[in-house]
Amino acid sequence: MPDSELLLDIKLQSDMELSGEIAPPMANGEVIFEAPWQSRAFGLARVLCEAGHFSWDEFRHRLIARINAWDTSQGDAAYQYFDCFLQALTDVLADTGLCSNLELEGRLDEFSARPHGHDH
Amino acid sequence: MSHDHDHDHEPPTPQALRTEAIESLLLEKGLIEPTAVDEVIALYSERVGPMNGAKIVAKAWRDPEFKARLLADGTKAIEEFDLEGGQVEKLVVLENTPEQHNVVVCTLCSCYPWAVLGLPPKWYKDPAYRSRIVREPRKLLAEMGADLPPSVAIRVWDSSAEVRYMVLPMPPAEVAGQVATMAEAELTALISRDAMIGVELL
Repeated sequence: MPDSELLLDIKLQSDMELSGEIAPPMANGEVIFEAPWQSRAFGLARVLCEAGHFSWDEFRHRLIARINAWDTSQGDAAYQYFDCFLQALTDVLADTGLCSNLELEGRLDEFSARPHGHDH
Repeated sequence: MSHDHDHDHEPPTPQALRTEAIESLLLEKGLIEPTAVDEVIALYSERVGPMNGAKIVAKAWRDPEFKARLLADGTKAIEEFDLEGGQVEKLVVLENTPEQHNVVVCTLCSCYPWAVLGLPPKWYKDPAYRSRIVREPRKLLAEMGADLPPSVAIRVWDSSAEVRYMVLPMPPAEVAGQVATMAEAELTALISRDAMIGVELL
């Protein structure tokens, strides 16, 4: 039952954002991205794919692996699709040599050394 | 990057920092153009969405010849709509009938017919939907508001990288006899994204 309640809850939440009785087909009728970083991660993956740095299928396989790892884990944390998406992006960047984990960690260290409140 | 001067707000999340770090590295390496990411986001949030699918459904309701072509080869039939966004390697359109109801899922991840429906809603990517629509479709559809009589068979279609599915819903009963004479805009107003995924009856 928790599964069904979860799904219903998600659907009701999204439906609440609709203005009419039937979803206006112009928009999805709900927020697709819940934070700006989610849309940027999506945009980065698409841009790199369209530029031929990797195929969407290469990305998709890593996304499936990350989602599968979440599905089979016994964690209590709520499912976060875009966390899996970002992990898969990191994986494909490392595997294709576009951006290694070492480089990424180095950049994150630089970010954390930035003055407080300066987040860009 | 968006340069929001939000110094007074919450500190960025680890995910936001990681995404920013990736983007800054890719920019430095010249692997992405500074405006490319913004353009892609605008494309999918503003220009590619379920309105594309609704126009296709409305045309199929009004034009039996187009409907036949659409069901025979969805990828080819929608070429005339000149849609942006790609990602429809092969589009298969599934017709709902009084005997069979179709519903679409991606059990492994989030494959979805972007060019005709935009980006998938959150629940489509949720583990609960991905597993239950396969295990107990009739029960889940009823919970989501699509209560089908036992006489209607339910067929669940699992999307993949190669094949994307879109449902051709039946018109609402009250207009079923007059769709051929209704304007496209009148019809598209009746067509929801959820009906084209197969989790809503019009």
